[in-house]
Amino acid sequence: MKPEVLEALKKYLFQLADDELIMGHRNSEWTGIGPILEEDIAFASMAQDEIGHAQAFYLLLTELGEQEPDFLAFFRKYNEFRCCHLVEYPIGEYDFSLTRHLFYDVQEMLRLKWLAQNSQYEPLKNLASKLIREEKYHYMHAVTWFQQLTNGSEEAKIRMQNAVNFSYPLAMSLFEPASYHEILVKEGMVPAEKDLEKLWIAELQGIIEKTPIKLPEVSEPNKYYGGRNGYHSEHLEPLIKEMSEVFMIDPYAKW
Amino acid sequence: MQSGDMMITKENILEYLEAVKDPEIPVISLVDLGVISDIQIFDNEIIVELTPTFAGCPAIEYMRKNVEEVLQEKGFNVKAVINYNKVWSSDFISEKGLQKLQEFGLAKPSKTDEDLLKTFKNVECPKCHSKNTQLLNPFGPTLCRAIHHCHDCKETFEQFKTV
Repeated sequence: MKPEVLEALKKYLFQLADDELIMGHRNSEWTGIGPILEEDIAFASMAQDEIGHAQAFYLLLTELGEQEPDFLAFFRKYNEFRCCHLVEYPIGEYDFSLTRHLFYDVQEMLRLKWLAQNSQYEPLKNLASKLIREEKYHYMHAVTWFQQLTNGSEEAKIRMQNAVNFSYPLAMSLFEPASYHEILVKEGMVPAEKDLEKLWIAELQGIIEKTPIKLPEVSEPNKYYGGRNGYHSEHLEPLIKEMSEVFMIDPYAKW
Repeated sequence: MQSGDMMITKENILEYLEAVKDPEIPVISLVDLGVISDIQIFDNEIIVELTPTFAGCPAIEYMRKNVEEVLQEKGFNVKAVINYNKVWSSDFISEKGLQKLQEFGLAKPSKTDEDLLKTFKNVECPKCHSKNTQLLNPFGPTLCRAIHHCHDCKETFEQFKTV
C-alpha cells in the first residue's frame, strides 16, 4: 500500500472506531436509568455492541502498526479523536437519545453496507460484513420506537419533533468531508460522504413518511463540522476524562 | 504433530475441544456453536482459530484461554487466536448444538433471513413448544439473546439471537 493511502486509511479507521466508542459510551449512560426496563437493557446492549465494534476497528489499526486497542481508546488526547459532534452530546432526555440513535444507526447501516459490498480494502470489507448482522438489530430498534412514539400522544409528538429539530442539523456532522477521504474514495476503499448523505436522507424520508414528523431545513450544514479533524464540541473532553479515569489510575493493571 | 505414536488429525483436536463450553451457556461446546473456525496442525505447534459470535462478546478471551488450557493439558504446544474478520452466523450452530440450547431453556435461533422481523415471529417456546409467542425485546441479558413471551404456557423465555 502506498504510504499516503495508508496514512489516510488509518485516519478513516480512527473515524469509524471513535464514532462507535463515543456513541457506545453515551448509550451506556442509560444503564440503570432507562425510561422502562426494556429500554434500559436495549441501550446497554447496543452500547456493548458498539464498544465491541470500536475494538474491532482499533484492532485493524493495531494490525497496521498502531498501538493496542486499549491504548488507542484510553490514552489519546481528546483532540486526537476523529468522532463527529453528533455522538459527543450528552444523552439529554430520552427523546433526544432515541432520535440520535435513529440518525446514527441509519447512517451506520448504510456505511457498513457500502463497505461490505464495495470496499477494496479487504479487512474492512470483511469486518463490515460481520458487524452489519448485529447492526440490523439497532436499526430495527430505532425505527420501531421512533415510529411508535411519534404516533403516540400529543406530548410525545411535540417532544419528538423538537428532538428532530435539534438533532437533524447536528447529524450533518456524520457526513463531514475531510481531505483524507479523497484518496480513499479514489482507491475504492470508502464511500464519498456526499453520496452517503444522499442515501441517508432518502432512507430517513422513507421512515419519517410513516410519522407526523417533518425534517427541518438546514441553513448551515457545516455548523457542526470539525470532528473528523480533531475539532470537537465542548462535550468530548470531559467525556474522555471520565471514560479513562479508572484506566489511568493504573494503566498497567492486569484485568 | 504427534501424540504418542499417533498422527494427530483435525478430528482428534475437535474431539478434545468438545470439553470447551460457552461460559454463558455451559451446555454447548465451542465446536457445536461454530466458533472454532480453523485448525492448523504443524510439526511442533497447533493453531486454533476462534471467530466470535458477536464482535463485542466479553466471553471470547475467556474461551480462547480455555481452548489453550484444554489442549495444553493433552500435551500439545498450542496457540489459540481470535479472528474478528470472519463472519459468524447462528446458522453455523450444529444440530446437536441447537438441541442443547433447547434443553438449556433457550429457544433456537431462526434461519437467517433478509427480513429481520420475520425471524422474530412465532419462535418456538422451549418449554411447551407452542408457536403462539411474541417478541418482547430484541435485546436480552447477554448480547446473543432476545426475550419472547409464550401466550400458551405464559412463560417468558430467551432466544439465541438470529445473526
